[in-house]
This record gives sequence, structure tokens and C-alpha cells, in this order.
Amino acid sequence: MELTVTLEINEKKHVLTLDSRTTLLDLLREELHLTGTKKGCDHGQCGTCTILLDGKRVNSCLILAASADQKSITTIEGLSSSNSLHPLQKAFISHDALQCGYCTPGQILSAAGFLNEPWERTTEGIKEGMSGNLCRCGAYPNILTAVQEVLENQKLLNPQKASHS
Amino acid sequence: MKPFRYHRIKTLQEASHLTQEPGAVILAGGTNLIDMMRLEIMNPAAVVDIQSLPLNQIETLPSGGFRIGSLVRNSDLAFHPSIQKEYPVLSQAILSGASPQIRNQATVGGNLMQRTRCTYFRDGISPCSKRNPGTGCSAEHGYHRSHAVLGISDSCSATHPSDMCVALAALDAQIVLEGKKEKRTVPITEFYLLPQNTPWKETALEPAEIITAVDLPELPEGTRTCYLKVRDRSSYEFALVSAAVVLEFNQNQIQKARIALGGIAVKPWRVPEAEKLLHHSTPSKKLFQTCAETALKGAKPKKDNEFKVELAKRVILHALSLASKTKKE
Repeated sequence: MELTVTLEINEKKHVLTLDSRTTLLDLLREELHLTGTKKGCDHGQCGTCTILLDGKRVNSCLILAASADQKSITTIEGLSSSNSLHPLQKAFISHDALQCGYCTPGQILSAAGFLNEPWERTTEGIKEGMSGNLCRCGAYPNILTAVQEVLENQKLLNPQKASHS
Repeated sequence: MKPFRYHRIKTLQEASHLTQEPGAVILAGGTNLIDMMRLEIMNPAAVVDIQSLPLNQIETLPSGGFRIGSLVRNSDLAFHPSIQKEYPVLSQAILSGASPQIRNQATVGGNLMQRTRCTYFRDGISPCSKRNPGTGCSAEHGYHRSHAVLGISDSCSATHPSDMCVALAALDAQIVLEGKKEKRTVPITEFYLLPQNTPWKETALEPAEIITAVDLPELPEGTRTCYLKVRDRSSYEFALVSAAVVLEFNQNQIQKARIALGGIAVKPWRVPEAEKLLHHSTPSKKLFQTCAETALKGAKPKKDNEFKVELAKRVILHALSLASKTKKE
């Protein structure tokens, strides 16, 4: 069955006519050619397809585009603003937090979601909070360092928010 | 994924009416349903998306306790300050399951309705009476390391995969069902059915009924709780064995105890005979050991999952020890 959905993707409104079976992941990649969001397992087991939906990190492979009607989406293409990389993107580069890079967009979007969730700001808290994203190259130590650095900087900039956890 | 009709509904009546269509299913967060549909294990003719219903509140009940709307996201429930304070066992259980991304999308009602992770059920081709009634059980003589040892039958030994529901069982949660003439509440332990020779019948949910909430009874002051889960890797994995323990204390005496087990049973599993041993007792390692032995008395392990019996006893013992040392804030 065909239906129409309205989505705000990276701050741009889209009105789309779709097959009801289309997932958000397939919509982003196949219809809108936003291929920064990657397909890994397609079953919610690897986290590679992580996006922000109304600001919360989710697996885009497990959500029908139809059920995201009227919602806002942020993908890796929309994370940075005005030609400046997001602090997480900078930290991933400076700490070499990747090898092949396939899981990286998902890792970064997941970390962006993590920063707004009430996790304990400890090494263990970050590890558990980032456990929904697999990295087959095993770049975990550097991913952890990158996220830690952004958290540290966030604490300096906004100590009240950081102490919320 | 097979084609389906998609309905976005605005009222409970509308949803209740549409679910009576042959082959209709309810869609909430979809983290399990969409996976099942992509695997073509579930091929609904119609998908009824209920996310616009006003069922996403966590409220206090006049009688004490809390009512959790069935569309509350798993993360929101686990991180809710009152839930963390009053029912830490529930927060711990939810946060031990799935991943942050899944918990941000998955709902309470959906968590209750998630399907088993039995590999034979999920492969879509092996004989499986849960998936294709009357075809038998491939785990019976196949590989069954992850399967249940409690509540099983010849037709099914698939485990219920939820962590949240194990904690809910230990909390004596009530499931609120609406859509028929009479709104009703069902204790979570009665909401799930034993497989017996009809493993495709999993819950007491009747046609036209929708889960609208879960009620949590108030816990007396001094209650101590613990959720302990063991699994093949330290995060993002289903339980081999888990235990939710709720101990009502008066001074240093246990007044009442509730224990629920996960990963080893066909549904969130209470052990009343073992719980009775702890009522009006002084906690001791010996007592906890007897309790753990009693809890597993009815276990029917097979060759690949025999280890779960001893593992479960140790998990119960450890969970009881941890809970009795944890003072409620």
C-alpha cells in the first residue's frame, strides 16, 4: 500500500509517497541518497544505522517510515552546522576512533544521543551507554577516548548539565 | 517483508475495532514486530499503529503504586526518577536488556508482547509449533542450549526473552487491558500462558483487547530488591539466567519474598514454594541455598541446557544475598 509521510530530515521538510513497508533506513539511503547512514545487520543488532529521531538515538532499520510521520530526523549529514564539524566528529578524527569507518556514522550519532541521556559519566557508564554499537575492527578504546574527551569538554562548558547524572 | 495495510489510528475504539480484522497486529515502537515482519515470521495483513494514543504517562495511583502507560518508552521508564527510587529492580532489569537505541524506541506494551528468540522459531523453516501449529518442536532433539528448563512441554521450550517482565513478575504487576466492554486487569503471571500443546497461544489477550497500562503495587518501606542477569557477553545480550528479587524487610527479618526467574522459563517465572521458605525468616546463606534448591525442583533440563539448573541456583543465591544487603533509599 502507498501512503504519504511528512518528515523533517536534517532540518529540511520532505513530503514523500512511499510503500508502507519502507523502513527509515531504506528511505534515507535508497530514496533520499543520504548514504551516510549505513546498513549493517538490518535487525537491530549492530547499531550501524543509528540516527536521531526527535533527538533520541534509535535504530533506523527497525522503524517504518510511515510511523515516523511528522517527526524530525538527524543523520550524520546533518550533525555538523555551518561548515564546522560536530565536536564528536572532531574527537573521532583526533583520536583515530575508527579503522574501516563503516560503523563510524552510527557510533557518532549514538554518542550524540548518549550525551543527552542520564548515564553515569564514568568509563563504565560510557561503555554500557555505547554498547548498542558494534565495531568489527575493534576500535573501541579510541571510540571511548573520543567520547570521554567530548564529555570532559561538555563538563567545562556546562557543569550543571554534566552533574545532572 | 510481505505487503500490509497500514492504519494510523486516533482512538482506542478505532484500534480495538481494527485489531479484529483477520491478520491485524498492533504496532507501537516496532523494534520486535518490524524484525519479525522482515524475517517473514509474522506476516500481518494489517498493521494498526497506536502511537498517537495518549498512553505515555507514568502516574501515581490513588491506592499507592504507579500506573505506567503502555506506550511509555523503555528508556523513559528505566530513567524515571520515581521508578529508580521506588522500584530499582525494574530500572535495573530494563537497562540490562537490548541496547540504548532499542530501549529509546521500544514501549512497555511492546516489551510485554515481544516474541521468543528461539532460533528454530526465528529461522522460518524448521518445524516449530509456535510458528506453524502442529509441526512439532525442533529444539526437542536439536540444539537447545538457550532453551527453557521450567514450564516446558513436548511442543515448546522456547524462553520468554524479556528482562523487564521478570522484574514486573517479582513486583506483582497487573496488566491493564481495554477494548472490550469490560476493562480488566490481569496479574502478569496469568497474562502469559504455558505452551502445553498450544504454544502459539502466548497470552491471555483476547480479540479487540489492547494493553493500555501496567500497574505497580506500592512496596512497603524497607523493601530491598535486586535484578541479577548472567549472559554470554557482558552487555547487549539476552539472559542465560536472570533473577528479580523483592524482599520486604522489617528490621533484619524478611517478612515477604518474591522471586522471579528469566532466561530459563517459558514465561516470567515465579517460584511460590521457594518464596514461602523466606517469609518471616532471618536471612542466611543456608536458607538462601535451600530456597534456590527448591526454586529449581521442577526443572526439566536436556543435554545442552543442563548447566542452567546449577547456574540458576547460584544466580538466585547471589541475588538474594545482594538484595538483603541493599537498603531502599
